[in-house]
Amino acid sequence: MKPAPFRYAAPRSIEELLALKAEHGDDAKFLAGGQSLIPTMNFRLAQPAVLLDLNTLPDQNFIVETSSGGVRIGALVRHSDIETSETIARSHPLAHEAIRFVAHPQIRNRGTLCGNLAHADPASEMPAVMLALGGRFHARSAASDRWIDASDFFLSIFTTALEENEMLCEVEMPPLPPGSGTCFLEVSRRPGDFAMMGVATVVSLDEAGRCAEARIAYCSAGETPLLAPGVAASLAGEEPDETALLNAARQAAEEIDPPGNVHLTSAYQKHLVAVLTGRALRTAFARANTSASQ
Amino acid sequence: MLEELVTVSTVVNGKHYRRVVEPRLLLSDFIRHDLGLTGTHVGCEHGVCGACTILVDEKPVRACLMFTPQADGHAIETVEGLAEENGELHPLQEAFRDKHGLQCGFCTPGILMTMKAFIAQHPKATEGEIREALSGNLCRCTGYQNIVEAVRLAVSRIGGSS
Amino acid sequence: MTAATNRYFGSPVLRNEDAPLLTGAAMFVDDIDFSDMLHVAFLRSPHAHARIEKIDTTATHDRDGVVAVFTADDLGAFWAPSPLVVPPPPIEDLVFNQRTQTPLARDVVRYVGEPVALVVAENRYLAEDALDRIVVDYDPLPVAAELEPSAQVDAPMVHDVRGNVAAEVRQVKGDYNLAKNNADVVIARRFLYEHGLAQPIETRGIVARWDTKAEHLSVWAATQTPTSLHGGLAQLMGLGSHQIRVVAPFVGGGFGSKLLMYYPEELMVPWAARQLGSSLKWIEDRSEHFVATSQERGQIHDAEIAVSQDGKILGLKDVFLHDNGAYNPYGLTVPINSQCAVLGPYVVPAYDSSFKAIFTNKPIVAPFRGAGRQHGVFVIERLLDIAARQLGIDRVEIRRRNLIPSDAFPYKNGIMFQDFTELQYDSGNYLPILERTLEIIGYESFVRDEQPILRAEGKCVGIGVVCYVEGTGIGPYEGAKVQVDPSGRVHVATGIGTQGQSHFTSFAQIAADLLGVAVDEVDVTTGDTDQFGWGAGTFASRGAVVAGNAVHEACSAVREKILNLAAEHFECSSQQLSIENGEVQTLDKPDQSITIGELAVLANPMRGAVKPGTEPGLQATRYFGPEAGTTASGAHAMIVEVDRETMMVKILKYVVVHDCGTPINPMVVEGQIHGGVAQGIGNAFYEKVMYDDAGQIMNATLADYLIPTSMDVPVIELDHIETPSTMNPLGIKGVGEAGAIPVAPAFAQAVEDALGIAEGGSEILEIPLSPNRLWELAEGGTQ
Repeated sequence: MKPAPFRYAAPRSIEELLALKAEHGDDAKFLAGGQSLIPTMNFRLAQPAVLLDLNTLPDQNFIVETSSGGVRIGALVRHSDIETSETIARSHPLAHEAIRFVAHPQIRNRGTLCGNLAHADPASEMPAVMLALGGRFHARSAASDRWIDASDFFLSIFTTALEENEMLCEVEMPPLPPGSGTCFLEVSRRPGDFAMMGVATVVSLDEAGRCAEARIAYCSAGETPLLAPGVAASLAGEEPDETALLNAARQAAEEIDPPGNVHLTSAYQKHLVAVLTGRALRTAFARANTSASQ
Repeated sequence: MLEELVTVSTVVNGKHYRRVVEPRLLLSDFIRHDLGLTGTHVGCEHGVCGACTILVDEKPVRACLMFTPQADGHAIETVEGLAEENGELHPLQEAFRDKHGLQCGFCTPGILMTMKAFIAQHPKATEGEIREALSGNLCRCTGYQNIVEAVRLAVSRIGGSS
Repeated sequence: MTAATNRYFGSPVLRNEDAPLLTGAAMFVDDIDFSDMLHVAFLRSPHAHARIEKIDTTATHDRDGVVAVFTADDLGAFWAPSPLVVPPPPIEDLVFNQRTQTPLARDVVRYVGEPVALVVAENRYLAEDALDRIVVDYDPLPVAAELEPSAQVDAPMVHDVRGNVAAEVRQVKGDYNLAKNNADVVIARRFLYEHGLAQPIETRGIVARWDTKAEHLSVWAATQTPTSLHGGLAQLMGLGSHQIRVVAPFVGGGFGSKLLMYYPEELMVPWAARQLGSSLKWIEDRSEHFVATSQERGQIHDAEIAVSQDGKILGLKDVFLHDNGAYNPYGLTVPINSQCAVLGPYVVPAYDSSFKAIFTNKPIVAPFRGAGRQHGVFVIERLLDIAARQLGIDRVEIRRRNLIPSDAFPYKNGIMFQDFTELQYDSGNYLPILERTLEIIGYESFVRDEQPILRAEGKCVGIGVVCYVEGTGIGPYEGAKVQVDPSGRVHVATGIGTQGQSHFTSFAQIAADLLGVAVDEVDVTTGDTDQFGWGAGTFASRGAVVAGNAVHEACSAVREKILNLAAEHFECSSQQLSIENGEVQTLDKPDQSITIGELAVLANPMRGAVKPGTEPGLQATRYFGPEAGTTASGAHAMIVEVDRETMMVKILKYVVVHDCGTPINPMVVEGQIHGGVAQGIGNAFYEKVMYDDAGQIMNATLADYLIPTSMDVPVIELDHIETPSTMNPLGIKGVGEAGAIPVAPAFAQAVEDALGIAEGGSEILEIPLSPNRLWELAEGGTQ
């Protein structure tokens, strides 16, 4: 299990990095945390000819609160930085709650959020979190500079809207709506494993205590992280009582159709969609109530 | 510039090393074979078992999931750096012996390095926290019970001495 | 002379081997380096069954760093099927079709991962690059993948045997049909039990160094059987035994996976080292480990129990299929163990058991901790649970009524064990073990008080209690050489290897007591054939029992030499002498003493002849060969909570009461049990090797083959009952495998209980389980 040979560069500026990427195109891969890429290379399932290492870039390890209350996260922010960030714990408890489900401490010390999102493993937690939060992704290449909405970013398994020479250089999590509550829940075989099913929820309450808005996203549920807009629409304007939650759970299992895999049957995953949707919404609404009463 | 060979300068257990390597050389292989520090063990080479855990800039990482050039300019600690130069064991090592926290001992160096960083950050760790922190290191011999006991003992000793 | 004191024997002495292991100084096989070291990688079959049409290695020839490439065609007379390691026991009408593996596949590959070629290069990276450049033309053949279909007469044939029969064995005791006719209730079920992969954290590996001038081969191998590897290499390579040294250095866990003989790599690397006159290293990577190392797998049991109204077992019948894998070098050890384990600790008047071992296009099946016993224990324990339910008897009570009584030992079972002797339990106290287990887990109060309360709160909690026996400490023999050095330190050498079992300490404890030194003044060498070349190896829970007793006998002989020489020195009777703190003292003159180091010098004089009938030095070599194995026993109990929606299971409490005879070091015994239980939990709920119909393993990573973590294994509460073995002077019984054996039926019973089997929940008749599978069972059950 030794990787195939490759040529290597560790540029000192993002411009240099993007120029090299433009030069080598598909032959080159970005190396950020490497916690997904390097195992794949060790198995020789990936054999990139060129690796462009981001780790020597200056100024990419930032977690910055925006004036609107959102948070921007740079390309070299590790999972463990998010785990220990007081800013994120306060502003985006959903990301803070979910990050502890990502692999193990040693992996979180090395893996980056942007790398994880660009890898686009549908079983991974943070892509679903970004969908639920309505995150925005900053993509740059030598020739372009644009923002992509999370809902447009994940196209298929390991496939994103990034063009060949684009790099995901930061993500922005917009502020949570007022009166909101969030919850991330997953069921995995062992701690640190990919989820058998995971759900990220953001809900908000109006002044009458009814559901103003809900966003519910799933990991391990399909070829990409998936939103359940139908469930969200049904919840809007409803009083979030047990009946509403049970209906939402039932509806989620109709809306989300997980494919199953070598470990799991589709039917069981579907069952977990219902179970976790109910549980996560119950917690999220309870948290929304708490935040509203504060 | 793209390079086929890379010069790497790194400090391992306080000692400075400078080597020219192929960029694909895994840091675990560099430490073991190029530097001869064979206390860091390799168990899976896909980042699951934790046997190769070392500290890079005081944080535990999988040495099998870093390429050697990525260690350039960084400080590494391995199990060989734990005990005093006079051979006196680190309190963690002492506790592992006292509590029979190892059997074959192959996973042990990775666990010691993980726990060294963990205790530094969690000087009053509970059993639950210890078990969670250990969950990225597989041990096939002990069933973890005595490892947890050993870490608890080390926490109490290190906490008590500071 | 005065008797030795048990100062250390039986005490939780801290380990001698810990300091090097904790500091990174301990030498494992991959730590060995020579300036001329070359590195080996194996090309392995991607097909489960295919004819090799052509192997083209030319593209590797001009590659930088590639030294040599070998295929079967290069091996000459060295290419031959490996010897049969364990022949079948002499059971009447037994059928055994011997088909063993070869060093490299030549015409046909029979499992994914079978080695086809090897590359020698300057480093492993370059060797793996070269593998990608070897072109093999395979003509795929039909695959016998799944066990039951592979046993059909028209199934694709792995070898040249119709129905893929590797063996057929029937063992009978009493008259089952009569028992069945007399029974009030007969219960028949089909059980599926898969045991998985050992997955030691250190994979296998071997370093071989051929010294051309000395014509000598040195081998360092991560093996459980260094002496057997030594013998095999000498025989197969045509070398004298003096021309080979095999060392098993520190080995990072084995659990059975490092005892197969002869792994192709263990033959090929020394052979290639000799061809090249060089030092070669091969370290198995984790990907290879999933396909190249022996495994345990599945059995399908169609079992019946005949019981009377009061729950007494009248008879058992079992017909089972055993997945043998592609070759059978390890004979029938695993399925015979399963056959014997079905009898458990119970009085079974009639038993009719037959099995077929079936060749499949999958890796070789050989023992993994428990070695087939898990399968058998699951069958009997589940049958008792079902019988109890049907008869309306408490599941603990049915066990009480059938346990072999304490006055019935030695207890003969009337069938043959894997060691070719009649299955006989030497000693035991089974009922007290069960009662103690129930007491610690609080069975009565849990069932009567706690469970109803928790259920009323909506919690799904359940309890499971099972019993088991384990045959341990089998022959043929082990030996030990013990010597006092002039420094006063004691050296003990034995042929068995060590993979974490604490032999450096437990053998030192035995020596320290007899020779009056401290434990850390005893240096133990295990698994170095230059130090000690005789023995069988570390497996079958036999190391402490067999080698431990050999150490005891050798130390007793050295003790006698010490005392006799000191008596001569002091001109007194040896009766008046004691050995303490490394000194021999006379009882009446405490200030008169001589160190054993000084005596060692006196025993090896530069002048004066060795008298007839005496030997120089304070050393002795002794062997111990038990007539038959010794039977350990115990009971496990657990309380689980199941999340009825997700079917995630949490073990809330786990209790083991165990009887391994007289323990040498209770700390070590407990560690062995903890580790065994963890593997048992893995087997019950986490670890499943998955193959597709083409014989491809589907989950060959540690992210997909789920070894339990620190969050998945509970605290284990332990107690010991000591019933000394009658089969050896120290009264020891083996303990290495015990923890792993009965976990799954306890888990199944507890989960069934939690999910309300009594209220119509589904029976659990298979292992391993998973949340997904439990959910399916619950969905399909009557609710």
